[in-house]
Amino acid sequence: MVSQARKSELLFSGSDWDFKKLSQVYDEIEAVGREELGLDIYPVQMEVISSEQMLDAYSSVGMPLMYRHWSFGKRFLHDELLYRKGARGLAYEIVINSNPCIVYLMEENTMALQALVTAHAALGHNHFFKNNHLFQQWTDAGGILSYLDFAKSYIARCEERHGLAAVEAILDSAHALMEQGVFRYRRPPKLSSEQQREGLRERLEYEERSFNDLWRTLPPPQETGETKTGGNDNAAERKKSLNLPEENLLYFLEKNSLVLEPWQREIVRIVRVIAQYFYPQRQTQVMNEGCATFVHYTLMNTLFDRGRISEGAMLEILRNHSNVIFQPAYDDPRFSGINPYALGLDMMQDIQRISTAPTTEDRDWFPDIAGRGDWRDTLLDAWANHRDESFIRQYLSPALIRKWRLFVLADGADEPHYEVASIHNERGYAKIRSALAQSYDIGASRPDIQVVDVDLLGDRHLRLQHTVKDGVMLEAESRDATLRHIRNLWGYDVSLAAIDGGTGATLSERWTKEL
Amino acid sequence: MPIFIDRRLNPKDKSLGNRQRFVRRAREELKRSIRDHVRTGGIADIDREHTVPMPRKGTSEPTFSNDKASGRRQHILPGNKTFSPGDLIAKPGGGEGFGSAPGTTESEDDFRFVLSREEVLDLFFEDLELPDLVKLNLKQILSYKPRRAGFAASGAPTNINVGRTMRNSHGRRIALRRPKQAELDAIAMQIAELEAKPASAALRERIANLREQLDRLERRRRRIAYVDPVDIRFNRFDPQPVPNANAVMFCLMDVSGSMGEREKDLAKRFFVLLHLFLTRRYERIEVVFIRHTHEAKEVDEHTFFYHTESGGTVVSTALEEMHRIIEERYPVAEWNIYAAQASDGDNFATDSERCIELLDRKLMRLCQYFAYVEIIDERESHIFGSTENGTSLWRAYNAVDGKWPNFQMRRIAAPADIYPVFRQLFARQPDLRKSA
Repeated sequence: MVSQARKSELLFSGSDWDFKKLSQVYDEIEAVGREELGLDIYPVQMEVISSEQMLDAYSSVGMPLMYRHWSFGKRFLHDELLYRKGARGLAYEIVINSNPCIVYLMEENTMALQALVTAHAALGHNHFFKNNHLFQQWTDAGGILSYLDFAKSYIARCEERHGLAAVEAILDSAHALMEQGVFRYRRPPKLSSEQQREGLRERLEYEERSFNDLWRTLPPPQETGETKTGGNDNAAERKKSLNLPEENLLYFLEKNSLVLEPWQREIVRIVRVIAQYFYPQRQTQVMNEGCATFVHYTLMNTLFDRGRISEGAMLEILRNHSNVIFQPAYDDPRFSGINPYALGLDMMQDIQRISTAPTTEDRDWFPDIAGRGDWRDTLLDAWANHRDESFIRQYLSPALIRKWRLFVLADGADEPHYEVASIHNERGYAKIRSALAQSYDIGASRPDIQVVDVDLLGDRHLRLQHTVKDGVMLEAESRDATLRHIRNLWGYDVSLAAIDGGTGATLSERWTKEL
Repeated sequence: MPIFIDRRLNPKDKSLGNRQRFVRRAREELKRSIRDHVRTGGIADIDREHTVPMPRKGTSEPTFSNDKASGRRQHILPGNKTFSPGDLIAKPGGGEGFGSAPGTTESEDDFRFVLSREEVLDLFFEDLELPDLVKLNLKQILSYKPRRAGFAASGAPTNINVGRTMRNSHGRRIALRRPKQAELDAIAMQIAELEAKPASAALRERIANLREQLDRLERRRRRIAYVDPVDIRFNRFDPQPVPNANAVMFCLMDVSGSMGEREKDLAKRFFVLLHLFLTRRYERIEVVFIRHTHEAKEVDEHTFFYHTESGGTVVSTALEEMHRIIEERYPVAEWNIYAAQASDGDNFATDSERCIELLDRKLMRLCQYFAYVEIIDERESHIFGSTENGTSLWRAYNAVDGKWPNFQMRRIAAPADIYPVFRQLFARQPDLRKSA
């Protein structure tokens, strides 16, 4: 009788799942998540898909809707091949930062896995999307799906009207600049709502309809003579009026290119908006995955402790969990960089430890949180207010550095050796922490390229500047190819000067004329 | 409670459009891979899926990226075992840093993907400049015809097999003892008879009994249907390929020194196209390869295309060999015989006469179709293009060409010239289909 009663308390038994079980498990996990961890989430929409559909979703950067482009086809072939060869498994889930939060579950998952995935994605990622300030400020979870829908149909219509090749050319060029197509510091304007977008399209159509070539033939205004003599003063004026320097190349081209048709501008804008949408995700890999992993680990253990999950299911969950957080050492053949799941989970569990059972060292390093016991609040606060770089700078503890045995290699390209700069000792902790944080700062690791000057009334030559940090130049071949793409969008000559960030000396200059 | 949506039944090939765009983009490079396949593979190979390497040209996606070979950077790595600050570690060769994830870059090289049969044929046809109608025909798989194949318990109402259904119904009625109409009639008549007699208690009781019996039988009859859904049988149809006779294809080629790499490649495409055509028309095809110098030999496909042999050129030996093989293995009553001959046209003048005789007397009577291509230099093509003059073999075959409608000859200098050789063959196709 006793065992009977205990069994009936199990959320599920066996490996098969059905929608009723999924729903019960979700309700239970959500309740535990709210009460145990204080999670605050978007409503959830769960979609069950097959492995083929998962592959489809992979190739369109994980989004349920995407416009068509050959590069997605290439990615699909690649993913499909790796999957078929068995070189890589598919993800158990994909989660989309939208409101309601969409979670894709694979049909092949067992019930235990579905529970794990529910805790991981529907609770962990979902909480992070809703509460992290980067996502709150820079993305519009409520609008993204309707925007993608608009983008897809708009581009399809353009393909019909202007031909595949013309649309493809613009998309190719815009894709090349995706990484330079985000506002890093200035907050981007909110996605316009559907009506506004409709209005915008109507306006563009009106402009197209009412275009009159006659206006172009008007004599130029009188002041042109003066602008030429204006010299330096004028250049400053000009830059100011164009808001230069500008870090968002796609934005600049969209607003100022003289050769783009209205529909081409709209396509550039679509690519830019999508790039911006993904920018927060790139800055919060460790935190996002760490948060989701910490949440599923905590919730699954809580459920197990309460006797709601059987030992067999828990074993399966733990096996998958430990696969996900596997971190080989640098000299292991399987090493491929630091695993964000592992680092994130370890740091968050470390915060838990520091809050509840601190050592003297922890009290020295983290006087604010050590021993205060309220690890939940600390974590909720960290999830809300940090990105990877600041999170690591703030919370990576010496104990964790020792556990991971982290070390820093200094690598000068022109030297024959790496030099071990710091290891996990008293002198190294701060340096390792700062170096690791630095490596997660996308702003610092991506090439910094800005539009610095253009004379719209003169030769319209677009000047870009690459600020070289630590002597790291651009890879020549892809640089030239990308410059060609910029020229396509700009329509006139483009040059890229490499300026040393420290000394201000010009290291090299590349013109599209030379290509 | 979350919203659940079951998307498993949604259309799957969402990225098909992307794939098509990609294949179109990489067209030139893929075409080259297909061409290599034709060159190195067997002639029957073209008609299936192909694995091709990922094209690189035109499909790179450039972005501004940092040059690994410049500047100073730091790598943060886990798992220190023996290092102390200040240790120097020699860089591994090739300049590959610790930081780069292995498996992201080099795997692109050996990355291959599968082109479907349709895509392969599209790419193959592009060079040959086949008319659309012909392409469509070649891409089609065998035509199927529904053929009776027993009975099924489910199907469309039009396919109900009445005889079988009624037989089942009859058996069931007997087994379940469904009252027959005659029995009911008999009882009804008995009642009528009794009722006609003057009434008495005993009689009334008998009538009541009979009525009850009648009632029971009628109820039983209602319960056991005359034709029940379980009785119904449908004619079952299986799609079966339209029976095609057997065909044998003879490939004849001159392999003397004058046939170079280009000539062989063109010849191969010529054979491939004929083979492709035949696979659509016939269920079973055998290919016989005969190569000749001054003597002819039947060989396997690999030897046919890749082994060179020196010697003179006596074309008639090949025709004799072909005749011998037909006599020996391919009786005309059972086999449709197709022949394709490729040569550069060199032959002894006296032998050409013998060729005419062989073709005229024997072979053309046996063959459905005989196609001859003379592979010439591109520079020669505008000199010889239309004239009747040419090599001795050309002049000789000209005579045969006039006499036999199923004989075709052509000079080819480029892949696009191949199709016209078969034009007549493909044009005749509708008639053939009707007669088949």
